[in-house]
Amino acid sequence: MTVAISVSNLQKRYASGTMALKGISLEVEQGDFFALLGPNGAGKSTFIGIVSTLVTRSGGRVRVFGRDVDTHVYQTKLDLGVVPQEINFSQFEKVGDVVRTQAGYYGLPRKLAAGRSEKYLRQLGLWEKRNDRSRSLSGGMKRRMMIARALVHEPRLLILDEPTAGVDIELRRSMWNFLLEINRAGTTIILTTHYLEEAEQLCRNIAIIDEGRIIENTSMKKLLLELDTHAFILDSDATLDGEVNIDEPGLSLRKIDSHSIEAVLSGGRDINSAIAALDRLGIRIISMRNKANRLEQLFLSRLRGKGNGEVEG
Amino acid sequence: MFSDHRLVAFETIVIKEVRRFTRIWLQTLLPPVITISLYFVIFGNLVGSRIGEMGGYRYMEFIVPGLIMMAVIQNSYSNVVSSFFSQKFQRSVEELLVAPVPNYVILSGYIAGGMARGLCVGLIVTLMSLFFADLGIHSLLITISVVLLTSLVFSLGGFINAVFANNFDDISIIPTFVLTPLIYLGGVFYSIELLPPFWRVVSQLNPIFYMVNTFRYGILGTSDIDVAWAFTMLCLFVIVLYGGCIWLLRRGTGVRS
Ligand SMILES: Nc1ncnc2c1ncn2[C@@H]1O[C@H](COP(=O)(O)OP(=O)(O)OP(=O)(O)O)[C@@H](O)[C@H]1O
Ligand SMILES: [Mg+2]
Repeated sequence: MTVAISVSNLQKRYASGTMALKGISLEVEQGDFFALLGPNGAGKSTFIGIVSTLVTRSGGRVRVFGRDVDTHVYQTKLDLGVVPQEINFSQFEKVGDVVRTQAGYYGLPRKLAAGRSEKYLRQLGLWEKRNDRSRSLSGGMKRRMMIARALVHEPRLLILDEPTAGVDIELRRSMWNFLLEINRAGTTIILTTHYLEEAEQLCRNIAIIDEGRIIENTSMKKLLLELDTHAFILDSDATLDGEVNIDEPGLSLRKIDSHSIEAVLSGGRDINSAIAALDRLGIRIISMRNKANRLEQLFLSRLRGKGNGEVEG
Repeated sequence: MFSDHRLVAFETIVIKEVRRFTRIWLQTLLPPVITISLYFVIFGNLVGSRIGEMGGYRYMEFIVPGLIMMAVIQNSYSNVVSSFFSQKFQRSVEELLVAPVPNYVILSGYIAGGMARGLCVGLIVTLMSLFFADLGIHSLLITISVVLLTSLVFSLGGFINAVFANNFDDISIIPTFVLTPLIYLGGVFYSIELLPPFWRVVSQLNPIFYMVNTFRYGILGTSDIDVAWAFTMLCLFVIVLYGGCIWLLRRGTGVRS
């Protein structure tokens, strides 16, 4: 398997003295959909900045598809597309010009640049806006424009820094589908996000970074398995009159409103035992869903237990 | 100099730069043309007719070359400084920095943009001047090459200014407190023969004095200075400033953290 990106012992000390990265080692395989999670100020954007050469590094090395970014500047930059966290296009240029200009920077001849811009602006639903000034776009549109801009040279590795921040739910879903599609078509994707549901939905592998160090680097599946607590919301068909309050070892049931009950399972108890217990109370369950984010719980527990079981690489 | 993708990138930067200054022509092209035309009317025509001759020419004819140079200098400089600074400010310079564009292509693109505006305004002003003065050309080669080199020098200067600028004040300090005085004292409006010996020597330390005089020599065939020396100096400026710009870009000064 080819490695899309490999960094070893990456360090960054900003001029201000902040040690943003304290020796990060990470590998992402070609074709992967990889999540980089971490609280504010963890160093995610710094990592992306270094890979895209906008931030100079204080130590370590970066390879993109096996090539060192210092010695193979042209090819490694061509392989990489970046959607930054902050808006970084000229507010006065037209949407179409921003994307076409970026294509030109990558050396795409004019005709090809125009074709590619159209392709990606259409895919991201911005073709109708091509002649509008970029500052007149809404926040979500600006983000999509930056995705189109990052794809215009068709990089093999796409890195997105919080692409869905401030994007509404419907649009977020369509963005997810879009990203899944280009990932299926072969583009390796790394994204950072604060929406843990997003990582859970999209990504196969994950790294958690905190205070400039990687504290977890594993597959999403393994990570979720490690969680032994599962919370579900169960909906009943009839209005719940009485109280529901069961607290057995490994199972707790609690009414949260007139039609739903929260079930928390741990220690290997399964959902059948919850449904059986409710059945005994004469409550019929017609639907259920995961209570948001198991990952979130895990995330918080990891950060709390910071320093224990630190994983490197 | 360039090959394939670099050439495309260069063209892209130049097109973007030209699109920028033509889009905001009310701020970039019109004001210098109006200002310089006022100089023609007021100094050249009204005051000039009282002054009579300067350096052996009608006053109007004497000041026209200087005013054209003034337009070229100010516009080359200010195009690069404002464009590159605003790219930094809006962070859109990152679009260039993440792309595989070598530093010398980035620099050449912005410099070509600055020269395009400098020469464009210079040309308009020259055409305007034809309403006021009969200009012959003594040496086309000298005239053209001194304009190109001067425009190049000040575009490079504007680039360095933009690299170090952190706010909008920083991009007007040099034009206001350095460039304008040097231009006014650079023999645009008078021949240094009029000055007392001390100030004549001081004037000779002003590089703009040499550019203006060389250009005047190209047009009128008369000059206070040694033209060969002026060209040598211009070339030295180009080399030093170009080297400085490339060094700054390589270090990432002002653009990479
Ligand atoms: N240009 C800079 N100069 C100085 N310090 C910086 C700079 N950029 C980031 N930092 C510091 O480096 C640390 C990591 O910041 P970074 O932006 O990488 O975090 P992040 O994980 O992307 O956070 P967020 O989720 O808020 O985007 C922070 O302490 C931040 O203050
Ligand atoms: Mg960030």
